[in-house]
Amino acid sequence: MATLETTGPAEAAPSEEGVRRRDFINIAAVSFAGVGAAAVALPLINQMNPSADVLALASIEVDVSQIQPGQAIKTIFRKQPLFVRHLTPQEIKEADAVPLDSLRDPQTLEERTKAGKTQWLITMGVCTHLGCVPLGAAEGEVKGEFGGYFCPCHGSHYDTAARIRKGPAPTNLEVPEYNFTSDTVVQVG
Amino acid sequence: MVRPIGFLVGLGFVGVLLWSLLWGAVAYVKEPPVPTAEHEFHEHPKKVDFSFNGPLGKFDRGQLQRGFQVYKEVCAACHSLRLVTFRDLQGIGYTEGQTKTLASEWAVETPTINEETGEPATRKSIPADRIPAPFANEIAARAGNAGALPPDLSLIAKARHDGSNYVYSLLTGYQNQPAELLKQFPDSKTGAGLHYNPYFANLNLAMAPPLTSEGQVSYSDGTKPTVDQMSKDVAAFLTWTAEPKLENRHSTGLAVLAFLLIFTVLTYMAYQNIWRDKKH
Amino acid sequence: MSFPWAEQYAPKHPFMRYMDEKLPLPRLVYNAIGAGYPVPRNLNYFWNFGVLAGAALAIQLITGIVLAMHYAANGAVAFDSVEHIMRDVNSGWMLRYAHANGASMFFIVVYLHIFRGLYYGSYKAPREMVWLLGLVIFLLMMATAFMGYVLPWGQMSFWGAKVITGLFGAIPLVGEPIQTWLLGGFAPDNAALNRFFSLHYLLPFVILGVVILHIWALHIPGSSNPTGVDVKGPQDTVPFHPYYTAKDGFGLGVFLIIFAALLFFAPNLLGHPDNYIPANPLSTPAHIVPEWYFWPFYAILRAFTVDFILPAKLWGVVAMFASILLLFFLPWLDKSPVRSGSYRPTFRKFFWLLMIDVAILGYCGGAPAEEPFVMISQIAAAYYFAHFLIIIPIISRIERPLPLPNSITEAVLSKSGKTTGEAALAPAE
Repeated sequence: MATLETTGPAEAAPSEEGVRRRDFINIAAVSFAGVGAAAVALPLINQMNPSADVLALASIEVDVSQIQPGQAIKTIFRKQPLFVRHLTPQEIKEADAVPLDSLRDPQTLEERTKAGKTQWLITMGVCTHLGCVPLGAAEGEVKGEFGGYFCPCHGSHYDTAARIRKGPAPTNLEVPEYNFTSDTVVQVG
Repeated sequence: MVRPIGFLVGLGFVGVLLWSLLWGAVAYVKEPPVPTAEHEFHEHPKKVDFSFNGPLGKFDRGQLQRGFQVYKEVCAACHSLRLVTFRDLQGIGYTEGQTKTLASEWAVETPTINEETGEPATRKSIPADRIPAPFANEIAARAGNAGALPPDLSLIAKARHDGSNYVYSLLTGYQNQPAELLKQFPDSKTGAGLHYNPYFANLNLAMAPPLTSEGQVSYSDGTKPTVDQMSKDVAAFLTWTAEPKLENRHSTGLAVLAFLLIFTVLTYMAYQNIWRDKKH
Repeated sequence: MSFPWAEQYAPKHPFMRYMDEKLPLPRLVYNAIGAGYPVPRNLNYFWNFGVLAGAALAIQLITGIVLAMHYAANGAVAFDSVEHIMRDVNSGWMLRYAHANGASMFFIVVYLHIFRGLYYGSYKAPREMVWLLGLVIFLLMMATAFMGYVLPWGQMSFWGAKVITGLFGAIPLVGEPIQTWLLGGFAPDNAALNRFFSLHYLLPFVILGVVILHIWALHIPGSSNPTGVDVKGPQDTVPFHPYYTAKDGFGLGVFLIIFAALLFFAPNLLGHPDNYIPANPLSTPAHIVPEWYFWPFYAILRAFTVDFILPAKLWGVVAMFASILLLFFLPWLDKSPVRSGSYRPTFRKFFWLLMIDVAILGYCGGAPAEEPFVMISQIAAAYYFAHFLIIIPIISRIERPLPLPNSITEAVLSKSGKTTGEAALAPAE
């Protein structure tokens, strides 16, 4: 009959190889638990990314046929204001006349619009300083010293190509990814 | 103290329960419960061998598209599918372009407001929109259906017992009221404007048989559009609308189970290993 | 912890020594669930369920916090926000099914844990406080689960809330004001939904707190064991780690397999189809049933059908609460000095009868309120009360227990030895 003494460590005195094999099992079990925990963490983290319905609205279509030269519209893209502005030839001329090296964030109007569609200036309506919505898109709003946009929060002035000219904002108004699907329809995003 | 009080409380509860039982038994003998027509003639759904049954089941994209076609051409006249968006239809094999076309060509437009006047208006749907409902609201739906409300179908396959089979059985289950039923329950004659169907909970429903003739919908993939086939297809489609992540769930589940099986074997071996020199 | 031969925490690394001096949290863990906690060596698999209940609580807390990031507690949008989780949120379907089925797994595990406590007499001295705290956890779990089931705002959610708060309406005089106060209105609506959500988020953390007290109270006398015999010396115990951490690891694997099978292949098996229909205050489902883990109590509630001094409804409510509250008195109702049911032949017979009885109550609670289920549940409910309040006190007085082993070690060795258990136990008499 077995007693406690004979079943103690003495009986189980393992060979060198046995120890390694046995330790391997313990280590493997713990490592598997670690891998499993990491795999579970993925969906728990990923659930905070934008959901499918939010992503579905990440791309919008804008009809620009009704915007007359000199006018602009405000629309919503990814829950933020988007400015679509139909520049007049005068405004284009003003923008082109500015020497590049005088700009804080040097970009030409051509770089900020699509080839052959220079009159369509499409930018986010989010000031690059701290995220306020600049004025100047709607009828009768202050357009700032350079005839483009003016952010009332901290006094950033943007010109007719929506480039930063004066005030604290570090960069020009952001141009989102877009392309013309026809002469009058723009797909943004 | 606890035990004498407990004893009395126990006797009290037992006494009242047996008293209730006695009255219940007397009532049961005096007025035995009357069988009802619903109880006697209601039938459980017929079993269909759907491709998505079982732990390895997957949807048949072709069938889902056929089912969608049946919904679009028949059911959508009365039933909404309010939780499903046009973009979701990519899940049954349509391309982004096709969902765009389906959205803009849908018979009912998405409600909106007129930008200038603020009056209610409609616009063409885009893929991000939910499938527009055939009726503006519940009152309109009832008014258009002689007082009966056609239920939303998005979750119907999960909102009924054995839902996928139920949808199929209900669609193919219309029949004349059995003579035996009328003999047993002369008061249970199917009322005016109702239709007898043994798969429906109370046997009589307001919906007229929606799928009545072969070829009611013309399938483009060469499948023969029999009533049976159309019913199966739309039941499969409505299973997808209720549980669009079913395939994902099955495949994730298999991987998780495989992992856990190995994990459990390893932990069992580690357990045996650690206890090898201890009797317990 | 309480045994002098327990292994002592002796940190080697200077940082751990510094920690031990300033905040001895590692020492606490070491003594609670580490090598510093000596545990009887003869625990069987029924002793796994405490750790598994902790795991289930952790699963519910984690998935619940994550779901609350997407759920909206407003009657107009609650149902759709749950469907939004199911359809649009990344892995949302998995998180929601895990939470819904996790609740069932939590109850399965806790019921087995209670089963263990009842059979092996874990509720007896010196562990009464462990038992009482466990019952507090159970009550908190029931409240949390009930309020959680209301949140999806389906038909069963709405009517469940209405029926359960309606129970308070049975209280004489103050019943109706209390019901209105609970709901913040005359029927469940936004006010009720919002407060249920708030409390459903709060109570699990209260449960967590009481769990810590439960484990603390357990560590004063140490764990019980299948023989119910006290630990006599170092040969009777093994350190919790690695012995029981390894065994619990295996138990966790089996638990997760069952959980995953339910979650991924039958996620709606334990739910009710009606809860996929949005709440409608104008139409009651054909028969309202709570979640399966409440069925036995629901059967007791419905078993009272005749007014007798008090209205039948009040009897039902009182009896339902009494069926749980009487468990608080169990340590004093059962005076038998023998703990384990393995050595109590008469107790054991009635114990199994009680298990069958509770299963019958559960079945009747889930069945429609028709005959013969009402009459069966009346008999079963009567046995339930008789078992705890009448039978247990009597048998604990008259029963002649089997001879107990002298020690845990003796019981272990006789089991694994060549002699039969009976013969080996004989000298103990």
